[in-house]
Amino acid sequence: MVMENVQAVISNPEVLTALKDLLYQLADDDLVIGHRASEWLGLAPEIEEDVAFSSISQDEVGHAVFYYNLLAELGEDVADKLAFERSPHARRNAVMLERENGDWAHTIVRHWFYDSFEDLRLQALETSAYVPLRQGAVKIRREEFYHNLHHDLWFRRLIRAGGEARHRMEAAIAQLWSDVPSLFDLGPHADMLRESGILPVTSVELQKAWRDKVAGVMRELDVQVPTQWCDASDGRRRHTDALSELLQTMGEVYFIDKAAVW
Amino acid sequence: MDSERLHEQFMERIRRGEKIEATDWMPDDYRKLLLKFIQMHGVSEIMGAFPEKEWVPKAPTLRRKLGIMSKVQDEMGHGQLLLRVAEELGAPLGVTREQLITDIFTGRTKFHNVFHMASPTWADAGVIGWLVDGAAIVSQAALLDTSYAPYARVLKRICAEESFHMQHGESIILSLAEGTQAQRQMLQDALNRWWDSLIFFFGPPEISESARRMMEYRIREKTNEELRQKFLSRYVPRIRSLGLTVPDPNLHFDESTGKWVYTQPDWEKFGRMVRDNTGPKSQERIALRRQAHEGQAWVREAMTRSTAVPVGV
Repeated sequence: MVMENVQAVISNPEVLTALKDLLYQLADDDLVIGHRASEWLGLAPEIEEDVAFSSISQDEVGHAVFYYNLLAELGEDVADKLAFERSPHARRNAVMLERENGDWAHTIVRHWFYDSFEDLRLQALETSAYVPLRQGAVKIRREEFYHNLHHDLWFRRLIRAGGEARHRMEAAIAQLWSDVPSLFDLGPHADMLRESGILPVTSVELQKAWRDKVAGVMRELDVQVPTQWCDASDGRRRHTDALSELLQTMGEVYFIDKAAVW
Repeated sequence: MDSERLHEQFMERIRRGEKIEATDWMPDDYRKLLLKFIQMHGVSEIMGAFPEKEWVPKAPTLRRKLGIMSKVQDEMGHGQLLLRVAEELGAPLGVTREQLITDIFTGRTKFHNVFHMASPTWADAGVIGWLVDGAAIVSQAALLDTSYAPYARVLKRICAEESFHMQHGESIILSLAEGTQAQRQMLQDALNRWWDSLIFFFGPPEISESARRMMEYRIREKTNEELRQKFLSRYVPRIRSLGLTVPDPNLHFDESTGKWVYTQPDWEKFGRMVRDNTGPKSQERIALRRQAHEGQAWVREAMTRSTAVPVGV
């Protein structure tokens, strides 16, 4: 069933609830990773990368704005309220994305892991039954293509360089690996999302495709692929203090007077 | 051809208003003056990212967040463009990018006084965009006709982007000026904090020996005082039209001389701050840059060592 617009979905409460939950996952993922990426401004390993990486963080925050606006059209609050005012419990970003920034290796591994996941999720959304989301996914995936190229290059080169860089990359992989399944938590309405065609893919299918791609590259680079794989079921609900702190920082000015125009 | 003759020909080119390219012959004196000047300009852009960077994670709306991210990115981009020009100029003297950056830590290069100052509120982020970038536009626009062509080309782009920054800052300022009593107070406090630094920004009214030589070479053509007067003419009316008070009771336009009269900032204090990196935030920001550079030397080494084999995704 194709859902052309808001009217087509608003009359079906179950579908509406599932769609909103997915949009929160999409928006919160991009806001949080974009915010973390922006913390690198002025501090990247080289001036050229500072400029490049900032374009990526701006894209991520821009994508979050797109998803929050879709939520606002569906009757949720305006984008700023959704971004600034929701409590940490209400956030639906994967826990991997909220962790504090580590070194550059940690940042590259996290982005590469996330890009690889996001590409698969967007690919599925390109055939979403919810047309406004489908149209956005097509456009966003075009931009993400370049993020993917960028991080893929960094990932391979830092590992190939050997020495300290490779050690740091391997340490980052080991550290982040147990957080990866959090990306694949599609929330309590995953079945409805699939049945309705809003997100026509299962978590298991996404995990398999992701592991095939990531493990393939890692083997090519002679990096050991960790074998353990945790349960994904609460990866978007089990938040950490890092998220609370991030939201507190983000809202520092906003909450001086949330009714004011800034 | 002997160097005296070359020098004379060079000066004739300058006097005719010709532009000098990187590959043209130029006196060492010209090269060194330019290098020092452009390095300071580039480094100031990079160090200038820090006072606003502090507000990137705290920008109070999604639109402001995107705006300030992009603005600070531009500053880093300007730094990069200018360092490229400086690298090219410095190459015959054995000066590398590495040195252009590490000179910040060793105190061999300076950065503008404004970037040594604290920016404790969101209004400071607005004032920096509006007035510090406004001041930068005045001084950079005066360099657009500089005799060194690669610098002039880069400045053209920088000035165009700075005018967006000024609008970005002005937009933040307008929201605050039209906002609540507390927002207005926050803005007035920020203006009070920045005023002296803005007056100092253009440098002392006396023409220094190096400034005199730069004018001879037509690297720059306007004096510090001319630029400061231009800034005051442009911005004092705008500041007042927002109902803000310029924190200088002596400030007025003298009709008889056609010049602004203002209270002299503490030239000695600000001068020392820039020379010795002893401003309120100098050491903290230098430490950040040092960490970004030295702490991540492993990344640059690895990328140099590792061959680029881009593989499709």
